[in-house]
Amino acid sequence: MNRKIKEKQSFIDWFINSNGATSVAVVLLGFLFGTILVALVGKKPSNMFKAIFISIVGQANNKGVWNFRYVGETLAYSIPYVLTGLTMAFACRVGLFNIGGEGQYIVGMTIAQTVALLIPAFRGQWILCLALAIVGGAIWGGVVGILKARFQVSEVVATIMLNYIALYGSRLISFQLPGATTYKTAPLPDTAMLEKVLIKTSNLNISFFIMLAACLLYWFIMEKTKLGFGFRATGLNKDAARCSGINVVKNIGLSMAISGAFSGLAGACVLLGGAFTSGRILAGQDNYGFMGIAVALVGNNTALGTLLAGILFGILKESQSLMQNLDIPKEITFIIQGLIVVFIALRSGLELVKQYRAKQKVRKEVLAK
Amino acid sequence: MAEEYAIEMLGITKTFPGIVANDNITLQIRSNEIHALLGENGAGKSTLMSVLFGAYAADSGTIKIHGKNVQIKDPNFATELGIGMVHQHFKLVHNYTVTENIVLGKEPRRPLFGKSSPESKVNPKKGNFSLLSLGAAEKKVKQLSDRYGLSVDPKAKIDDITVGMQQRVEILKTLYSDSDIIIFDEPTAVLTPQEIDELMQIILRLKQEGKTIILITHKLKEIKQVADRCSVLRRGKYIGTVDVAKVSEEELATMMVGRPVSFEIEKMPSHPGKKMLEVKELCVKDSLGAEKVHDCSFEVREGEILGIAGIDGNGQSELLQALSGLTQPESGDILLDGKSIVKDDIRERVASGLGYIPEDRQKYGLVSGMNISENCVLKDYYTEKYSKIAGTLDFAKMKKNSDSLIEQFDIRSGQGSETLAGSLSGGNQQKVIVAREISLSPAVLLVAQPTRGLDVGAIEYIRKRIVAERDKGRAILLVSFELDEIMNLCDRIATISKGTIVGTFRSGEVTAEEIGLMMAGVKAKEAKE
Repeated sequence: MNRKIKEKQSFIDWFINSNGATSVAVVLLGFLFGTILVALVGKKPSNMFKAIFISIVGQANNKGVWNFRYVGETLAYSIPYVLTGLTMAFACRVGLFNIGGEGQYIVGMTIAQTVALLIPAFRGQWILCLALAIVGGAIWGGVVGILKARFQVSEVVATIMLNYIALYGSRLISFQLPGATTYKTAPLPDTAMLEKVLIKTSNLNISFFIMLAACLLYWFIMEKTKLGFGFRATGLNKDAARCSGINVVKNIGLSMAISGAFSGLAGACVLLGGAFTSGRILAGQDNYGFMGIAVALVGNNTALGTLLAGILFGILKESQSLMQNLDIPKEITFIIQGLIVVFIALRSGLELVKQYRAKQKVRKEVLAK
Repeated sequence: MAEEYAIEMLGITKTFPGIVANDNITLQIRSNEIHALLGENGAGKSTLMSVLFGAYAADSGTIKIHGKNVQIKDPNFATELGIGMVHQHFKLVHNYTVTENIVLGKEPRRPLFGKSSPESKVNPKKGNFSLLSLGAAEKKVKQLSDRYGLSVDPKAKIDDITVGMQQRVEILKTLYSDSDIIIFDEPTAVLTPQEIDELMQIILRLKQEGKTIILITHKLKEIKQVADRCSVLRRGKYIGTVDVAKVSEEELATMMVGRPVSFEIEKMPSHPGKKMLEVKELCVKDSLGAEKVHDCSFEVREGEILGIAGIDGNGQSELLQALSGLTQPESGDILLDGKSIVKDDIRERVASGLGYIPEDRQKYGLVSGMNISENCVLKDYYTEKYSKIAGTLDFAKMKKNSDSLIEQFDIRSGQGSETLAGSLSGGNQQKVIVAREISLSPAVLLVAQPTRGLDVGAIEYIRKRIVAERDKGRAILLVSFELDEIMNLCDRIATISKGTIVGTFRSGEVTAEEIGLMMAGVKAKEAKE
């Protein structure tokens, strides 16, 4: 009996001290509230879960053949979420708040379509598109890093401003591209498109593997290398890092560039991923960059966490159309995403729980004497 | 019959997350006595006084003032009960005058029109649209100052008066609000030896005039000097109350620490070798552009400890920042083993053999979100020693390194090398920093305030380590605001005042009083006379 109580307590301790466990709980809580809301507006919550279920495992058609197309779409959607999530997470670990993921994404996309349309088609052209998009995103982020490190310009203000510069700059450039109308350019050459993989009926393409590689690279740099050690020390205590001889100025500049590179890649992946057949003239922001902030938050700024959170957001996006077919308002997915972010932000409340429990524990010890 | 007590705190218990700051403490203070409250840092002295002053609510226990049960909910109520506190860190508005600071919050007013009625002075809260009337207050401050021999000018600006005078303004504040119980929280921490003597005289005078004094301190000498009785706290528990006249300093120390301790470090005479660190006419400005170090020159030799004595804020921090490479000096030169390092960045200085134990260990010493293993290699993680292929770190080697340092330096931690630095106690955090710096075997070691805020065990240990490093032939520069520490540890003592070295002497050639005078800016020659 006594032992049971002890185990129970240690479970609570483990739970509030584990970032991963609280993230999972927060996601479940988000779905719970979403379910209640669906029920309140008089729809069947089971249909909502059916849609989500289909987007995870697929569906059998009326001939009894299992159709994985939905799974493929889910994974395809998650690619930019994960990449922009890595943008936010990487900067966060170095103590920076990069909300310029959107701008870096737009720069990557614009460079990709410029390269695709202006350079004569050749085999493997998509590699050049992705590579230059990465460079573009890195420069767009790196500029902010240099401003921050050298001149103490707030990275928050600088990235917001650069988001707008990226958007309107992209429009200016894209209007000059061949075949430009008010909303699109000439068709993209096949050589620039990303090759479909695994589930050929969907838009799942080779960039899914590139995204996985990016996660691996993130983990490797951050957790394993000397460079990452310097980044982490800078992020956790800039003054102590500097006092220990770590080049904080260089780290801030470099980390913003790496951070931006992930979003630049995301922009190219979305453009060349099969959902678009021609170059885009953006009327507004796609919001992938901002969703990345939420993804990184839910994923605790770790590589694995960001990957899982990005896939979760991909699932919610794919299930939107399925929900509409099943008479569930698709807006519920936005509400669930919003709730998850709100609950994550409430996590600091757990600090109060921790303090209260520590106090109770000491009080018990005192009384036991 | 029961004695008459001014204050009785009975069975006070106060817990904070993770610790019991006060564990069933009983403190009884007689009327018109000087009662010392002795204990190490973290023994619970400040918490107990905060409970008395109404800043914290106790979990349990009762407080009686002059025999009456009271519930002290906030500091204002404590003031009404006649309790005043002179804080360790003064709470003064610097560009206000003495009188303005004293009346702050209870400003005397007179009506906008007509003559002031006696009533409006009694009740300062009355009438929001009224004029400030400082004349009467100034007179009262002057009277109080004369009566207690404080010699404070009521019209002087706080900015223009010395730290010792500022403390007197704090004392006047409590007197102005008619406190008959005055609490002094570590009052001598910021004073020169001369100012300390004067403060002791003032405290005795206050007693003569019928006040009850509580003196919070960990300095035994002061207790012997003025206190009537002394209550000792250790790790949140009440140890006992003694008549100061009947016990020796050693007995008090034993009560405070729980075992016999010696504050004197035994060390052999030094054998200084060649000059390892030379500072030549160094001038340093702070971030606001004010010159804080002016024409500062000295040298430290192999195998000796040079102490820099001085009052906080006389350029010590700026000097250390320039030496360690955190800031660039305006002019002058720094030579390490004969080579100028003034143009080198921090990493280059570390590589050429400069170690630094910073004053602010939380801010500059440790990354509290990293574990001990990572903190131990903060300065040399990039070297070959911890490298594996493709720029990766050898975590196994890092752990081996910190495991051995934990063993060698007796660092107490929950989960060994994996423990986050932020979750260690202050003494163990300092041990991690000392371990890291010493493990790099620097030729020159800069040490700033190495024992501030630590318990006696850790203080003894760290001082012994510093002496051991000296005996290995390292050149050590020790900056400390505690004169005892400087007198105790150093082979030579340089006194700094307003950013300039006033005089340098071999230890033993100079007394604490002479250093005190130099700290206050008196020239070396005059101080010696």
